[in-house]
This record gives sequence, structure tokens and C-alpha cells, in this order.
Amino acid sequence: MSGHEHQDYTGAKFGMWLFLFTEVLLFGGLFILYAVYLARYPKEFVTAGSQLNVWFGGGNTLVLLTSSLFVAVSITALRRGATGLCLRLLGGTVACAALFMLNKFFEWSAKIGHGIYPGSAHLRELPPGETVFFNIYYLTTGLHGLHVVIGAIVLIWTMALIKTGRVHANDWVILENAGLYWHLVDLIWIFIFPLYYLILH
Amino acid sequence: MTVDHAAAAERGFLAEARRPGPFGWIFSTDHKRIGLLYLWSIVTFFCVGALLGLLIRLELWAPGRTIMDAQTYNAVFTLHGVIMIFLFIIPGIPAAFGNLVMPIQIGARDVAFPRLNLLSWWLYIGGAALAVTSLFTGGGPPDTGWTFYVPFSARTTTNVSLATVAVFILGFSSILTGLNFVTTIHRLRAEGMTWTRLPLFTWSLYATAWIQILATPVLGITVALLFAERVIGTGLFDPAQGGDPIMFQHLFWIYSHPAVYIMVLPGMGVVSDIIPVFARKPAFGYKAIVVSSLAIAFAGSLVWAHHMYTSGMSDLAVMVFSLLTFIVAIPSAVKVFNWLATLYQGSILLDPPLLFALSFILLFTIGGLTGLVLGAAATDVHVHDTYFVVGHFHFTMFGGTGMAFFAAMHYWLPKFYGRMYDKTVATVAWGVIFTGFCILYLSMKIVGMMGMPRRYWDYVPEFTGLNQLATAGSWILGIGLVLMFVNLVRGVLYGKPAPANPWGGATLEWQLPSPPPTENFAHDPVVTHGPYDFRKAGIL
Repeated sequence: MSGHEHQDYTGAKFGMWLFLFTEVLLFGGLFILYAVYLARYPKEFVTAGSQLNVWFGGGNTLVLLTSSLFVAVSITALRRGATGLCLRLLGGTVACAALFMLNKFFEWSAKIGHGIYPGSAHLRELPPGETVFFNIYYLTTGLHGLHVVIGAIVLIWTMALIKTGRVHANDWVILENAGLYWHLVDLIWIFIFPLYYLILH
Repeated sequence: MTVDHAAAAERGFLAEARRPGPFGWIFSTDHKRIGLLYLWSIVTFFCVGALLGLLIRLELWAPGRTIMDAQTYNAVFTLHGVIMIFLFIIPGIPAAFGNLVMPIQIGARDVAFPRLNLLSWWLYIGGAALAVTSLFTGGGPPDTGWTFYVPFSARTTTNVSLATVAVFILGFSSILTGLNFVTTIHRLRAEGMTWTRLPLFTWSLYATAWIQILATPVLGITVALLFAERVIGTGLFDPAQGGDPIMFQHLFWIYSHPAVYIMVLPGMGVVSDIIPVFARKPAFGYKAIVVSSLAIAFAGSLVWAHHMYTSGMSDLAVMVFSLLTFIVAIPSAVKVFNWLATLYQGSILLDPPLLFALSFILLFTIGGLTGLVLGAAATDVHVHDTYFVVGHFHFTMFGGTGMAFFAAMHYWLPKFYGRMYDKTVATVAWGVIFTGFCILYLSMKIVGMMGMPRRYWDYVPEFTGLNQLATAGSWILGIGLVLMFVNLVRGVLYGKPAPANPWGGATLEWQLPSPPPTENFAHDPVVTHGPYDFRKAGIL
């Protein structure tokens, strides 16, 4: 047994950044498909994209940006010893995540109510380009939604660590890494929003 | 009591467990224990894969049905491919020997994230368990080949969905290993272990780890999309819904071509480490070998579509990818020439590790050159999807990485078990393996040139002679493998005690006792010379 616990903050953050690379490349596969199919079906993509509700998408963009702000501030709060404030801010982030998923639920429900979902009979009757658009839309936002849920779970777990004193003002790399992950979730949405909701003419 | 202590100290990390019995292994975060867990899991899957390969060859003894029907044959060659690719050759050298050796080579006590390292092994075992489960559940074993090409893979009623989940999990395991190694090599090098003093094996792992990090996620999304296509009908690769099957091939090979460098670069690293030791000469062109590793990792990421010349790409794309493919041959050749120059005028000791390393050079060169036949679009059109391709990639993967894996076993196992195998038997086994290998795969290349297509259960009678020759070769190869593994296992269990530095290596692992203690170095080492400076290391 070694006498001292090995601590390497730079190493821990380095590892996290490498992991974020892998997440970017995971979504990269979907963005490649988007680019190829956009080049093949430009008109159909515009027609289909204009059927998405910009208010839902825009609202969720604001929600995620706010949540990222909360996370960033929560790290500073913890470093300055304001544990209670840090926990409240993280709670705000998790609430934002819940709001995001609620929005998504209503948005998807409406679309599914119109018979637009992968494998539906209605979707198959649309022109092929529009079918592709909606399929890739569901896959990309679905995978992103999964990441929102995972990110929220990670933040809740971090909150528990802060409460039990495992993460504190002098040892906060876990919170910073959790925050980095949350920013990635935000960042990917920043690309998804214009690609799917703002594609006009 | 004191005798027990002394005996335990001689057994190093093998005797020091924090938990009793098997739990001391499967929950250990010691990189050496994890390395051995990987090693024996990987060897087990290799043996299963090899057995399936023997069955394939037996079925091809004669045209028509020999021992199995066509559907079983499809499942068997799919399983052979999936096991050999995802469970043997990709994790193979990095996860087993990278874990065992790399932290010691850089003078560290462990990897940067030991618990993550244990999680990688658990994910590997979980993925393997799912892959095995997919054989016996659902609509029967997958029959798509390891490449899972759509549209067949999206429609077949066999259990492809579960197999894609298994591949996703195995990919995640591979990513975590890569991430861990890059961080370890950046952060945990001992004092004086500068980048130009890193052993070439560690350098090759570094280049490999970057490919694992950057390419594997694309495989993840590809198999996830195939899963979605099968389960919820997303149709992104289905022309009826506006999708394009060729996009699956692109995404698949964006990972799977760089993956062949995940497979072969660590093997090159093993050979680069072994040759200077057995030639008693510093590695010729150390920096050129390092740069060529990085160049292969980089250029290898840009050549994926050379698997798709006949898939209906544009002619321009074919020409661009053909040119890029030829560029990869340059750094590969740089390595071969450097190895030969290292051997030149060396004082060569023809021990088993070197024999396997030498066969790597010969077989990989043949495999690489036949790769150029396939990289050139004009010739590829004729030999695409024939046994020539099967011969080619077995030369590079088995003749390359497989031989390097065996070389690594003969080179490093005495270090980690403190026991030496029987060198004479090892040499004989090498000879039998090499002979069987050449008979088996050269026959495949020739029969491929004659036009025999791959993946077929049946063939025209004209090909019978060469197929029987190949099958006979597979038996010789099988006997050689049994001989080698039995000898190694016997050596590990009952062999004579091995000294700390049986081969006269100058890298750090040889300065520790065999087997090394749990935290490797009692005091963090200070490195004062290069990895192949045998004079300063006091070996010459």
C-alpha cells in the first residue's frame, strides 16, 4: 500500500478531454450522414425542416445555455467554499435538464401524433428526402436527449459527493469534469439547433 | 514464517492480492494483474477462433457439403471473424502486453486511471458474453460476416441486433484503454524519461491509443445506427426510405480501416523492441520508427474507402483513395528497412522471441506488398472478394500481429511469471507454425488469383487441389499452435526460474525482479539513457 493517495488533476482533466473527443466523434458520424443527405436532398430538407417548431428548439437552446451557466458558476462557488450555493446551482442545472426533456416530450409527442416517427406508414409516403430528414432528426436528437439524461445523472451523483464531503473546495476535479461533460451536451445542441430547426432556403 | 515471506517476495505481484482467490484478480486494479486477465481471456478466445477456422477449412476440403450446411457455414465464418477481430486482435497486444509492460517501461507504478482500466476489462468480458449469447438466442447466430454490411444485416432474421450491442460495448472498452494509455504516457513518465527515450513499444501504443480514441466512436455510431435500423426501422441505409447503403460502408470503414492499424502498430512496436535486444545493437533510426508509427496512424485514417472500389463510388474517389493507400506503404517500409538495418552486423541471438519477430518481418512484408495489389484500383477489381484478399489479410494480421503476439508472449512471459519455458520446444513450435502458415495462406492467395470467391460454402471442382493443400496446412498450423501454447503454459507453471533480465534488455522492465513487485518500483526511477543503449545499461 502506498503511503500517499496519487492525485493528478491535470491528468484527470486530460483524460476527460480525450473522452469528450470520443463523444464529438460519435455524433460526428451522424453529422456526416446529415451533410451527405443534405447535399443529396436540399429541397426536401428545407421542406421537412420548416415543419419543426422553432419555439420548441429555441426555448430548449435557452434552457441548455442557462444550465451551462449554472454549472460554470457552481464550480467557482465550490472553490470559494460556498457549498450550499454550489448545490443550489447544480440543482438548477438538473432542473433545466428536466425542463429540456419535458419540452422534448411535448415536441416529439406532437410530431408522433401527426404520424411522423421512424418506421411509420405516413413517413414512408413522404418524399424520400423528407423521410431521411425526420429519421436522422429523431436519431440525432434522441441520442442527444440520452446524453442530457446521462449528464443529469452525473451531476446528481456529483451533488451527492459534494454533500458527503468527498468533493470540496480543495478537491473539485470531479465537479469540473462533470461540468465539462455538461458543456459538451450543451455544445452539441448548439450545432443540432441550427442544422435542424433553422434550415431555410 | 520468514521462509513464506521470502517465497512471497520472489513471487512479486503474483503473491500480493488484496482480496482472496479469484477476487484478487477480477477486482484488482494492478495493471499487471489486469494485463494477465486480458492475456488469458484473449488467448482463450484466440483458441476458440482458431478452432472455428479449422472447421471452415475442413468444410472446404471438398466441393459441396463436407461437415456442415451452408447456413451453419455462414454463422461459423461470421463468428470466426467477430471473435478474431473484436476479441483477439484489436485488444490483443495493447490490452494484454500494453497493460503488463507499458507502465513499467515509462517508470510508472500503474496507469493513470487504474479503476477505469479494470472497468475496460469488465466491459471486454461483458461484450464477449453478449457476443456468445447472440449465438444461442433470438433467430440463431449472426450470418453477415464481421462487417455487418447492409442491406443484408438489416434484414436477416438472425441475431444481429444483440451482436451489434456486443460490438458497441467492446468498442467502449477499447476507447477506455486508449484514453488511459494516452493520459498515462503524457503524465506518468519517470524523471528523465523524455519522449526520445520512450521504448518503441510504448511509442507504438501511444500512436495506437490515439486511433482507438478517434476512430472507435465512429464504429459505435455505425453499429448503433444498424441497431436502430433493425429495431425501430430508421431506414438511414434503406433506399426505399431515401437512405444509401454505401454510407454504411463508409462509416464502417472510417473505423475499421484505422482499426487494422490498431491491430498492427502494437505488433510493430513489439518487433521494434525485440530486434535491438537480440541483435545487441541500438535500434537503427529510432526517430524514423517513431515518426513512421505516427505517420501510419495519421495516413491510415485517410484510406478507408479502398475497401469499396467495387461498391459504386465515383472514379475520382477511387483514384484519391488508391493514391492515399500507396502512401501508407512508405512509413511501413521505413520500419522494415530500419529493422533490417538494426540486424545488420548485429551479434544475433536466435532465441524464440526473435524467431517470431523475424517471421513477422517476412510475413508482414508479403502481406503488405499483396495489399498494394488490392490498393491499386485496376488490379483490385479483379481480385476483390476472392481468396486473394483472405490470404492477404491473414498474412498481415496473423503473420503480422499474430506472430508479434506470440513473440511478445515468448519475450515477456518469463518476466511476469518468473519462469522460463523450454526454448527448444518453442523453436520447434515456431518452425511448425511457420510451415503450416505458409502452406495455408499461400494456397489461399493462389486459389484467389485463380478466381475463387471468398465467403462461399461451395466451389467448382477445379479449386479442389489447392483447397485441400490449404486445409492440410491448417492442420500443421493447428499442431504448431497447440505445441506452442502447451509449452508456454507448462513454462509458466513448472518452468525453471527466470532471471530478472534473461534476454539482456535495456528497457526499465528488465531492471525489476521477475516477477515484478505490486507497485513496480520501490523508488521512482531516474532514467539516464535511451531504451536501447546497452552500453550505458551495463549489458554490453
